[in-house]
Amino acid sequence: MTSTAAVLDNTANTASEIPAPDGSVTVTVKIQRFNPEVDSEPHWESYDVPALPTDRVLNLLINIKGYVDGTLSFRRSCAHGICGSDAMQINGMNRLACKVLVKDLLAKKGKPTTITVAPIKGLPVMKDLYVDMEPFFEAFRAVKPFLISYGNEPSRERIQSPADRERFDDTTKCILCACCTTSCPVYWADGSYFGPAAIVNAHRFIFDSRDEGAEERLDILNDTEGVWRCRTTFNCTDACPRGIQVTKAIQEVKRALLFKRV
Amino acid sequence: MTETLTLDKPRSPRRPAARRSNFELYSWLFMRLSGLALVVLVLGHLFIMNIVDGGVHRIDFAFVAGRWSSPFWQFWDLLMLWLAQLHGGNGLRTIIDDYARKDTTRFWLKIMLYASMVVILVLGTLVIFTFDPTIA
Repeated sequence: MTSTAAVLDNTANTASEIPAPDGSVTVTVKIQRFNPEVDSEPHWESYDVPALPTDRVLNLLINIKGYVDGTLSFRRSCAHGICGSDAMQINGMNRLACKVLVKDLLAKKGKPTTITVAPIKGLPVMKDLYVDMEPFFEAFRAVKPFLISYGNEPSRERIQSPADRERFDDTTKCILCACCTTSCPVYWADGSYFGPAAIVNAHRFIFDSRDEGAEERLDILNDTEGVWRCRTTFNCTDACPRGIQVTKAIQEVKRALLFKRV
Repeated sequence: MTETLTLDKPRSPRRPAARRSNFELYSWLFMRLSGLALVVLVLGHLFIMNIVDGGVHRIDFAFVAGRWSSPFWQFWDLLMLWLAQLHGGNGLRTIIDDYARKDTTRFWLKIMLYASMVVILVLGTLVIFTFDPTIA
């Protein structure tokens, strides 16, 4: 499409074709675009689109893709905050586009609203808002996020008390959206750091009474790129769309290592 | 994916096996404990040097000689020197690990850091133990 021309004259793309329902306001969506076949580096493009206060940022992106520029690329699957596909940086904060409402981003009365959307940082950008998640999943796999048990398989289910379940309840909520890991300044600077999401998923098994692999995982996280790189900046806790206390989980892993006790 | 589409990939896809070393754990712990000790040591040092009894204006060779005739102040200064040097050096090591992009840069920055730490530790320790109050 005319993306390169739009960059040159730097005017906002208008979207008269997008249906504007009653009560909608015009907002400017400023998106970091990057097409690896044309661009040498990412650039910003603005789109003026009608938005209802009850719209999610994802609706605006879908409208832009559907009516203005079909080449806009981003991930989204369930669009209801469950699958964790549409993590992106919205107004500088890592959020799921399907969970952020326009009404929470509107400027004060009479002032124009600009919503900035950029890909999550620290992972290679493939196109527009779409990043290569492989380094993220590599760190996830490296902490062995599966049940490890030795000896004979039990003939019944593995029993666990509610109190034992409670210990790792918070970290079972992770949807692997990468909001936390890509908000972490240590991860930005040093990509070999496991990152908050991998530690959260290790925590989920380390503190599970049915699991017997705690020692292996603690050994992995005790290494140079493990939990000791964490600077407790709490970016991860702030970014998590599931409200997981990520920094607290990391601290619990540190404590388990420090006192040699799970 | 063709070569032209290869983008900047700051991450390597493989990671070496865990080394089963507690070094990072102990250095993390050391930072917390030495930090606590340094709060007392450094603030105490600044208080004595700059505030008590006329402050900085009374400091001269005789004042330093008088203080270092006591093993207590020798020990205080020695502890402060070593803790501050190791605490600061370990902090810089972490920063180098964070921000150096290339292994060679990381290696040489660390060599410079460790060399400067050794020079200052040896020199400081030497002065504290071999200080001669009679040369003035």
